[in-house]
Amino acid sequence: MPAVRIKDHWREQRLFDQRALVCAALMGLATVGLIARLFLLQVTRHDYYAELSQGNRVRTEPIPAARGLILDRSGEIVAGDQPAYQLELVPEEVPDVDKTLASLVQLGLIRSEDVNEIERTIDSSRTFDSVPIRLRMSDEDVARFAVRRFEFPGLDIKTRQTRFYPNGDLAVHALGYVGAISEQDLKHIDRAAYAGTSLIGKLGVESAFERELHGRNGFREVLVNAQGRSVERQGGTLVTNLRTKAPTAGDDLILTIDLKVQRVAEAALAGHRGAVVALDPNNGDVIALVSLPGFDPTLFGRGITAAEYNQLQGDIDRPLFNRALRGTYPPGSTVKPVIALAGLTYHVVDPEAHRFCAGSFHLPGSSFIYREYHNEHHGAVNLDDAIARSCDVYFYGLANEIGVDRISAFMAPFGFGALTGIDISGEKAGILPSRAWKEKMFSRPADRVWFPGETVSFGIGQGYLTVTPLELAHYASVVATRGRIWKPRLVAAYRDPGTGQLHRIAPVSGGEVGGVSGDDWQRVVHGMIGVTQRGTAAAIGAHAPYVFAGKTGTAQVFTVARNEKYNAAKINERLRDHSWFIAFAPADAPRIALAVLEENGGAGASAAAPIARKVLDAYLLDAEGKVKPTS
Amino acid sequence: MMYEEVTSGSRTRRTLTGAARVLMELRIDGPLVVGLSLIAAYGLVVLYSASGQSLATVLRTVARLVIGAIAMLLLARVNPNFLRRSTPWLYAGGCVLLLIVEAIGHVGLGAQRWLNLGLFRFQPSELMKLAVPMMCAWYMHERPLPPGWGALALLSVIILLPVGLVAAEPDLGTAALIACGGALVIVLAGLRVRVMVGLVLLGAVAAWFGWSFMHDYQRRRVLTFLNPQTDPLGAGYHIIQSQIAIGSGGVFGKGWMNGSQAQLEFLPERSTDFIFAVIGEEFGLLGLLLLLLLYVFVVGRAIYLATQTQETFARLLAGSLALTFFVYVFINAGMVTGLLPVVGVPLPLVSYGGSSVVTLLAGFGILMALYSRRKLIGS
Repeated sequence: MPAVRIKDHWREQRLFDQRALVCAALMGLATVGLIARLFLLQVTRHDYYAELSQGNRVRTEPIPAARGLILDRSGEIVAGDQPAYQLELVPEEVPDVDKTLASLVQLGLIRSEDVNEIERTIDSSRTFDSVPIRLRMSDEDVARFAVRRFEFPGLDIKTRQTRFYPNGDLAVHALGYVGAISEQDLKHIDRAAYAGTSLIGKLGVESAFERELHGRNGFREVLVNAQGRSVERQGGTLVTNLRTKAPTAGDDLILTIDLKVQRVAEAALAGHRGAVVALDPNNGDVIALVSLPGFDPTLFGRGITAAEYNQLQGDIDRPLFNRALRGTYPPGSTVKPVIALAGLTYHVVDPEAHRFCAGSFHLPGSSFIYREYHNEHHGAVNLDDAIARSCDVYFYGLANEIGVDRISAFMAPFGFGALTGIDISGEKAGILPSRAWKEKMFSRPADRVWFPGETVSFGIGQGYLTVTPLELAHYASVVATRGRIWKPRLVAAYRDPGTGQLHRIAPVSGGEVGGVSGDDWQRVVHGMIGVTQRGTAAAIGAHAPYVFAGKTGTAQVFTVARNEKYNAAKINERLRDHSWFIAFAPADAPRIALAVLEENGGAGASAAAPIARKVLDAYLLDAEGKVKPTS
Repeated sequence: MMYEEVTSGSRTRRTLTGAARVLMELRIDGPLVVGLSLIAAYGLVVLYSASGQSLATVLRTVARLVIGAIAMLLLARVNPNFLRRSTPWLYAGGCVLLLIVEAIGHVGLGAQRWLNLGLFRFQPSELMKLAVPMMCAWYMHERPLPPGWGALALLSVIILLPVGLVAAEPDLGTAALIACGGALVIVLAGLRVRVMVGLVLLGAVAAWFGWSFMHDYQRRRVLTFLNPQTDPLGAGYHIIQSQIAIGSGGVFGKGWMNGSQAQLEFLPERSTDFIFAVIGEEFGLLGLLLLLLLYVFVVGRAIYLATQTQETFARLLAGSLALTFFVYVFINAGMVTGLLPVVGVPLPLVSYGGSSVVTLLAGFGILMALYSRRKLIGS
């Protein structure tokens, strides 16, 4: 190599051309590589990226399905949907959130104590999302805001569907209500199915038939940008292929309840605590189910305030308590027909034989005296009289002769001590005592023994025996049909509101009470007819255009000392006896069986029986007071 | 290739039309100008969509293109000898400006890159994109090729001084491009392959060393490049969204202004560094192939022009400018498609903003000046 190189222009030109060629070739190679990459992205993996891009740009918004209506047996609306108004705020469109909230407080549209909570909600929301700041506005609130809307940019009144009960608290304990979805609810519902709704059925039919009523959500695909803000665009392929699916409304429920009868029953019991359950003994249909006092279910649907809830919860009359399904009371003398049937069936008693009632009974070898209610003396009574006039002494003896275990075993098929299986939840079972029951229930050996005296009380429905009004109505219904058992039901059918297709729900049979002869049924029913014609409820049964069978009952809340006279006026109202009446009519071909309870109403004949008569009339008679023909 | 036959110099000379005569008079190259104009026009169409139908953005870009075109026309008329003689001054001035930026430069995007000249903001690093290859070519002009060890050492200093200053701003992308412009001069000057291999190895060591001096966001970019899925909403977001945009465009694209990734802002920097993805989404593979075709045409034509020059300075500078243009395209397309790390390199003549449009067109003006004067030397 020479020490000093001299520029060789020709050689350098050739070197440059060579290098330029190599560079161009590398450039070509790089371009081919780039195109290969593009091919991979745009052809080979196109579907994959197309899907990702679709997922990016589209947000699926749920469209809540309309909740099914609830109708009574004649089609009258019991529960429906209604728009409710709420005030919503879009943070980014409000120039000064603090000032705006302050003005709303001044207008009385929001409460000053809620301002902090509202501000927190606003802070945690995206600036373009609409935040509800005031729910359930009254028409007056809406009007007050509307006239000053111009002062409030970024605020608007929105409507949402809410549950509406046109009859207020009518039949609320059968219906239940809808309320805000709770943490508890979230555990067992499909969240996707409840997207876009904040309400779910609670209690009663609203809860038990939630699946049918809820319907299926629809959805709407909305174009969104990278911030999640929905974007309005006119035309172009960005919007044309967005999908929308309409929601499927929930099924309408058709109840077995007859609102006309329900109204009569509630009116008759109004002002008292108590329950009325009326069943169709031929299929278990619940004609009326009353528990008073009730409450307005609309409160829960539109969002109940803590104060309102506390008031309901703290009310001494316990309006939230479903007495018809969950209240357990001693049945009193209403059990006498089944005790009589047991005596007849076990051949313990001769129905024609007379027993002498001198107003008191005592077990052989015991000094304890079991007294007649109001210290009456019935004299010589046979079975028929004993039922009609509700002679305690007769049934003290009869129960003692049959024995507790046989009574208990006999009563079980009538539904005592068990759930009736009504098609809504929350039902509670009463107690049907027996020796085995007592042994299981008590821990102290001395308490676990069944005393003969307890059997005596059992005979007149006192002591451990308890029932719910529903159980007692169910029992009346079994006696009415001479042993046929149907599970009570509130929902007869559901209907697809789109197609109008009606799905009837078949009544569920619970079998039959076996082993009772037709003559024995007839004897007991005759005694019960006697109740309404010449017995304890003769005054109530008078001039009825149909023959009906009944039985009064008076359940002691408070034991009156031996030498004291029961004086209703003197006793604290809440310690007075519960008043029962069971009945079915017409007696030979029953179409309705019922149980009426008036808490602390006193004697069955005076408080509960008149209510029962009104319900029977409402169901059986037409406008002119004649018995309606069977449909 | 076809265009070389149709538009070759000899044929142009034989069929002197009025337009060609004007071009000759202006000392600009017709095919090159046509290629550049088509790219710019294509770019404006895409930019209108990518900017969310912002006419103002398009007009600002038109204004920059006009300034760039004027710079190109003026530079095309400059005598290459004058250009060569002023090169050291330009280079020295550029370095001084970089130092000034370093000292008092305004803070923009977390990095000091700008000099506010009142009317407009000026990036000295853009100037260095031209000055560094010019300086390298100037240095090699009088010396025999290929460069010896001593020349290589001095060239390294010429390149690394401004590159270091730009990288310190920190603007890694531009620094890499400046280094690339200078390195290409050396490669075209005939650097031996053995030495190149050695330098690559040295580069690897330097990269490892450089890692320890990188800013966090620069490191993140490198890491994200290696595995974009690790942090989909963080640094990897750009790459993932641009790949979705390109991939979902398919062969034919979603149509102009109908690219959901671009229009709904899922694609970040859609009108600047990631505009390549917008083309891919809205015009599909075909749209990208058309763009690449235009680029390859322009670069090919520029390389051809470089081979036609007769001076060392002209050849090396022209060749470097032509190849650097391709490097721009490749780095941008590579980063948007996920082949290369995300460095802030705009797509030449298409991306919105910056003074790079003016620099690029000025570079082509110089290239044309070098080419158009060749016959004076040759004759």
